[in-house]
Amino acid sequence: MMRFILLLFFCITGVANVNGSTPAEVPDTMDDRVKACTICHSAEDKVGRDAYYPRIAGKPQGYLFNQMRNFRDGRRYYPPMAILLENMSDEYLLEIAQYFSSLQLPYPDPEQIQMQPEEIKLAEHLIYSGYPERDIPACSACHGDVLMGVEPAIPGLIGLPRAYITAQLGGWRNGGIMRGGKPDCMSEIAKQLTESEVNAVAKWLANQSVSGKPSSFDVLSSELVDRCSQTILENGGAE
Amino acid sequence: MRHSVITTRVIWWKNTILLQVCVRSLAFLVLTMSAQVMAGEPERSDEVDYGAYLTRIGNCMGCHTAKGGQPFAGGRRLSTSFGVFVTSNLTPDKETGIGRWTQQDFWQALHQGKSRDGRLLYPAFPYTEYTKVTRQDADAIFAYLQSLPPVSQSNPPHDIFFPYNSKSLLAVWRTLYFKEGVYESDQSKSEAWNRGAYLVQGLGHCTACHTTRNMLGASQDEALMGGQIMGMNWYAPSLSSHLEAGSGDWEIDEIVALLTTGVTKRAVTSGPMATVVRQSLQYLSQEDALAMAVYLKSLTENETGRLPGVKFSVMSGSLRKHLDLGGQLYQEYCQACHGTDGKGVPGIYPALAGNRSVIMDSPLNVIRSVLNGGYPPTTAGNPRPYGMPPFQQILRNEEVALVVSYIRNAWGNRASLVRALDVDRSKGGDD
Ligand code: HEC
Ligand code: HEC
Ligand code: HEC
Ligand code: HEC
Ligand code: HEC
Repeated sequence: MMRFILLLFFCITGVANVNGSTPAEVPDTMDDRVKACTICHSAEDKVGRDAYYPRIAGKPQGYLFNQMRNFRDGRRYYPPMAILLENMSDEYLLEIAQYFSSLQLPYPDPEQIQMQPEEIKLAEHLIYSGYPERDIPACSACHGDVLMGVEPAIPGLIGLPRAYITAQLGGWRNGGIMRGGKPDCMSEIAKQLTESEVNAVAKWLANQSVSGKPSSFDVLSSELVDRCSQTILENGGAE
Repeated sequence: MRHSVITTRVIWWKNTILLQVCVRSLAFLVLTMSAQVMAGEPERSDEVDYGAYLTRIGNCMGCHTAKGGQPFAGGRRLSTSFGVFVTSNLTPDKETGIGRWTQQDFWQALHQGKSRDGRLLYPAFPYTEYTKVTRQDADAIFAYLQSLPPVSQSNPPHDIFFPYNSKSLLAVWRTLYFKEGVYESDQSKSEAWNRGAYLVQGLGHCTACHTTRNMLGASQDEALMGGQIMGMNWYAPSLSSHLEAGSGDWEIDEIVALLTTGVTKRAVTSGPMATVVRQSLQYLSQEDALAMAVYLKSLTENETGRLPGVKFSVMSGSLRKHLDLGGQLYQEYCQACHGTDGKGVPGIYPALAGNRSVIMDSPLNVIRSVLNGGYPPTTAGNPRPYGMPPFQQILRNEEVALVVSYIRNAWGNRASLVRALDVDRSKGGDD
């Protein structure tokens, strides 16, 4: 059946091309409006010629909205995206964020990275217990029990490749990524992590397969909401 | 799949989509806005309202706001070939803004280019155009600025290269190039024409970009002749030549649409011009937009003559082969949107056939479009634009040169070929 539909599709578009005319109508969809984005952002993270293009499909809406405003307003640095977003209103950014957030694309299979037993222990301790004495809460306290994120502004940690996780945590550790301008809860936590902790967590997370959904906002303790208020409250609101 | 007829698209957008966005995001907003105080705005006088409108048309906020910073608090860095200028705080803060200024001080700045303490101001502040603004309009702008919440923010000093940092050089420059004086109307022209000229030459400060500048950064002319924008890798086309962006043969409605929505069936605004439309021109009142259009049209109304572009007598075989290579790239990467016939889809994907921006002498903007892609500005008339992907991460310089050469010479277009070197030179130069 699928083949037949595809064939039909090619016939139609083929005929249009032979006639040498442009269709007078363009689908009035978000899909068509964000072609400028999907040339880089596809279902899978991919390595581009100039940078690493993360998957954005299915990430929480508020998180995507925040990041897009950060790029547009110069608080996160990647010029090719800043140029595209430069003249977009907050309303439109929100709609684009909503669109990508709602995309249910299949996730790639988890990576298969060899890990020593003590590395696994280290990673799981950080992720599910944290180190209160070093002021590091469990990752799961903010990123949700199943680590699929918390609506609307905390992203999931599963389904991200190891290289991306290492790069983001590394960026925060050496002050590279200044998302939101001022230091925020996540950058404070990343700065506390040692290099071997970053490596262990990144490997462990990349080895998990995606299951479950983002948690709802009320799972966050009020202490953690306070701690991240800059990112997930003030900065998360539209103008 | 959902299709809708183009002509009803705009209306449809306004009515349904905005509403949908609102509803969808309501939960999110409620969550996030509860922290914000939703104080009602205090009553504003007519003068302040009018001042707010004029401030938009002068786009004071565009320059006097840092990226992601507090509106009107200054701190934006403007890079030019003379150094980096930092804009000042225009909020009524007494220590760091213009809270202690009088109407007279403000007039002196806008009309004469002198600060409150008499310091000569640099023409990176386009007082060379604002000098044409009337006293009454200047007072209204001042009243509006004084009504803003004060923001305490001191901005760093300018960083200007030798010898341009010399006070006496600035004084000499002013005697040579600065002509102080309010706009004088031309009695032989209509009221609308005069209003348009007042706005284009004065508050709209179109000449600040649409001009050729000499070594000292002075406009070479007052005729909107076009030129490369200082410190930015963009070419602002001439508005007074039909070889570039003159609109003599355009309908008034179409010019109005371009200025206020950023797109028409023949053209689309990009880069700095898209920013001008988003921040400023989309807010033009109907009469003012019409007046501007009348004036712009008049600049090239009587011009006739050759069409833009270069003439090749006969296309040689090797040239044709060269262009064919570009044609293959076009088919692979561009045709899906711009069409086999280069006609695009009106209001969505601009036509490349017969597009004045594509065949303009300077290939700079076309190359930039292909390297960086872009979206037209979001405006009330075009709130959900379609976009063009960037290609610099996919195509090599040679390939960009080929495809640009192709679109400049397909479908009856004629313009000079582009080399890989031109592509390399067009990179960078963003804020
Ligand atoms: C040239 C390739 C490219 C294009 C085109 C592009 N992006 Fe990106 N995008 C990137 C890269 C690279 C990053 C990661 C940058 C970094 O690490 O800071 C990114 C990051 C993002 C993020 C943050 C992801 C995260 O998990 O933190 C969002 C959201 C995003 N892009 C949205 C968009 C939208 C919307 C568009 C279209 C308007 C777009 N991008 C077009 C390359 C691109
Ligand atoms: C106090 C709450 C909190 C805790 C605890 C926390 N995070 Fe985060 N994390 C966040 C927030 C908020 C963001 C989104 C940051 C932004 O908007 O820029 C984030 C973002 C991230 C990202 C970027 C994801 C992306 O798609 O770009 C990674 C990776 C990450 N966290 C890893 C971790 C790890 C590993 C731990 C445990 C060691 C952890 N986080 C603990 C709040 C937290
Ligand atoms: C193209 C950018 C640009 C635009 C548009 C612009 N300004 Fe400025 N403005 C500047 C720069 C740069 C300076 C600093 C000049 C200097 O210090 O010599 C400045 C300085 C000023 C000053 C003097 C401040 C002081 O402390 O002396 C005033 C007043 C001012 N601008 C008002 C306005 C108003 C009102 C508008 C809109 C009608 C406006 N500006 C639009 C760039 C701009
Ligand atoms: C900040 C610099 C800047 C200012 C100020 C500016 N322009 Fe432009 N303008 C440009 C650039 C760059 C282009 C070429 C890009 C494009 O085609 O949109 C352009 C293009 C145009 C075009 C041709 C658009 C097309 O694609 O055919 C028109 C018409 C125009 N400007 C009118 C105006 C008017 C009227 C004003 C004053 C109200 C103005 N501009 C002020 C930079 C500027
Ligand atoms: C997904 C659809 C899409 C594709 C594919 C695409 N474009 Fe575009 N193109 C657009 C849109 C939308 C604009 C308006 C962008 C803007 O306003 O910045 C545009 C603008 C342009 C412009 C500027 C026109 C003007 O009036 O200023 C040129 C030149 C151009 N495209 C050439 C190309 C070439 C060459 C390719 C292939 C390498 C290409 N485009 C591929 C959608 C597309």
